[in-house]
Amino acid sequence: MSDVKFSKEHEWLKLDGEIATIGITKHATEMLGDIVFVELPEKGSSVVKDGNAGVVESTKAASDVYTPVSGEVVENNQSIVDDPARINSDPEDEAWFFKLKIKDKSELDTLMNKEEYEKFSKESTS
Amino acid sequence: MGKKVNMKDKKTALNSLHKKYGAKLVSFAGYEMPIQYSKGIIEEHENTRKNAGIFDVSHMGQLSIKGDESLAKDLEKIFPTDLSTAKLNQSKYSFLMNEEAGIHDDLIITKVEDGFNIVLNAACKHSDFKLLSKFLANKYEMILSEELSLVAIQGPNAVKILEKIITGVSNLKFMNGGIFKYLKEKIYITRSGYTGEDGFEISIANNNVETLVEELISEGANLIGLGARDTLRLEAGLCLYGHDMDINKSPIEANLKWAISKNRILEGGFIGFEKIKSQIEKGVSKVRVDIKPEGRIIAREKTSIFSKEDKNIGEITSGTFGPSVQAPVAMGYVENSFSGVDTKVFLEVRGKKYPASISNLPFYKKSYVKGANK
Repeated sequence: MSDVKFSKEHEWLKLDGEIATIGITKHATEMLGDIVFVELPEKGSSVVKDGNAGVVESTKAASDVYTPVSGEVVENNQSIVDDPARINSDPEDEAWFFKLKIKDKSELDTLMNKEEYEKFSKESTS
Repeated sequence: MGKKVNMKDKKTALNSLHKKYGAKLVSFAGYEMPIQYSKGIIEEHENTRKNAGIFDVSHMGQLSIKGDESLAKDLEKIFPTDLSTAKLNQSKYSFLMNEEAGIHDDLIITKVEDGFNIVLNAACKHSDFKLLSKFLANKYEMILSEELSLVAIQGPNAVKILEKIITGVSNLKFMNGGIFKYLKEKIYITRSGYTGEDGFEISIANNNVETLVEELISEGANLIGLGARDTLRLEAGLCLYGHDMDINKSPIEANLKWAISKNRILEGGFIGFEKIKSQIEKGVSKVRVDIKPEGRIIAREKTSIFSKEDKNIGEITSGTFGPSVQAPVAMGYVENSFSGVDTKVFLEVRGKKYPASISNLPFYKKSYVKGANK
C-alpha cells in the first residue's frame, strides 16, 4: 500500500500506470457515519483537481466528494451505488469510487503519503 | 442535526452513562446529547424496530401545573383540546399557539391527580413557561422540573423488558399513564413515544435514572441517539417542531387537524380559534404532506418542490433515508392544489430535478398497542 496517496479532503488514490483508482478513506467514513446514498461522476466525464466528483450521503447529511487529481473518468463503481453500505465496510479497497486516466502526473506531488495522512487526520479530528 | 459540544451546554443525568457506552455527543437545544453510539444510526434504528431502544429525552421540558377543575377550564382557553373531560392519566397531543394559530410548540398534556403534566420541546420550554405563566395570570403553581429525567423505551420488546423491571406497565393503554414504584420512589410512566412503535416514556428522579437505564440495558434494550430518533419519527410520519411546524404554520396547515378536539372547534374560546375556524372553512394555501421520492435520491430540509409544469410549489421540511423502508422519506409543504395523494412532483437536489409523489400514509406503519396487554 506504499503507492497509495491521500488528500486533505480524505480521498485516497492508488496509481497503476496512467490509471488512478480513487475512493474515500476509512477516517472519512467514520466521520460520515452510515452511508446510504452515493452519486459518482459519469464515465467519460472530465474532472478537475479539487473539483466536485460525486456526493456521499449518510442518514445525517450530504457531503461532496472531490477528486485529488484531474483526469477523465474511465470507470465508476456501480456496486457502491446499488449498496452504499459497502463503503462503510471496505472503504479503502472494494468500495472504490471511480477510476481516472490522469492528466498531469505532477499533481500527485501535492498529495500526502500514509504517515502524513494519518498525522493530518488525527490533527483535523481533535 | 447538532453541532460540536459547547462548554455552556447542560448535561443530563445520563451524561456519564452516554460516554461509557461510546456516545458521540453533540450540542442540541442547549444540551450535550448523544447523536449516536458506537454501532451507528442504522443499527440503532433497526434495533428499535425489531427489539427495544432506550432514548434519553431529559432535555425536554417536564412542566407540572397544579390545580382543580378551574385549571382545566383555564387551560381550555389556551389549548385546542378537551381537558375538562379528560380522564385521570389520559394524555393528549396539543399545541401552544398565538392568536394567528402559529405554533409556539407542540406538546403532550396529561391529566394527573393534582393538575396537569405537560411535556415540552427542549428548545421551547423556557419561552413556553413564560407564555403559560402569563396566560394563566400566575393563578396556579407551575414547576418546570430540573430534578426529573425523561427516558423513553420504544420497540416491540419494550413492554416485555419494562414489565420485568416495573410490574404493571403492560396494563397501560396507549396515550395513558400511571404512577409506579421504582427503588421505593414514585415514578410516572405513560405509554407513548415518537418512533411509531409501542413503548413508554418514564419520568424519574435524576438520581435513579442511571440505575434504571442500566437495568433496561441488561434486560436487552439498546441505547439510541438523536440520529436514529429522527429517522424513526420521520418514517412514522411524525412532525418535528422547528422543522415541520413553527410559529409561521398553523395546525391546519401542518395537517394536524386530528389533534384539535371537535367540541373545541364548535365552542371556540381558545387562543388562535378564529384563525383555525377560518382555515377549516376556507381552506389553506399550503399544507404539509408526506413525500415519497422515486429511486434513492435524498431530499433534505429546504429542498424546493416543483410541479410537472415546473412551477415552484413548496419546500421539503424534513428528509432522510429510511432504514426500515429502505428508501428515502420526506415531508414538506406544497400548495394545496398539489397536495392530492399520488400527485407527481419534482424535487430539486444539487441542481437536478428528481421525480417524487405525494403520499397519504406514513412510510412505516405504526404499531401502537391501543389496548393494554392482558
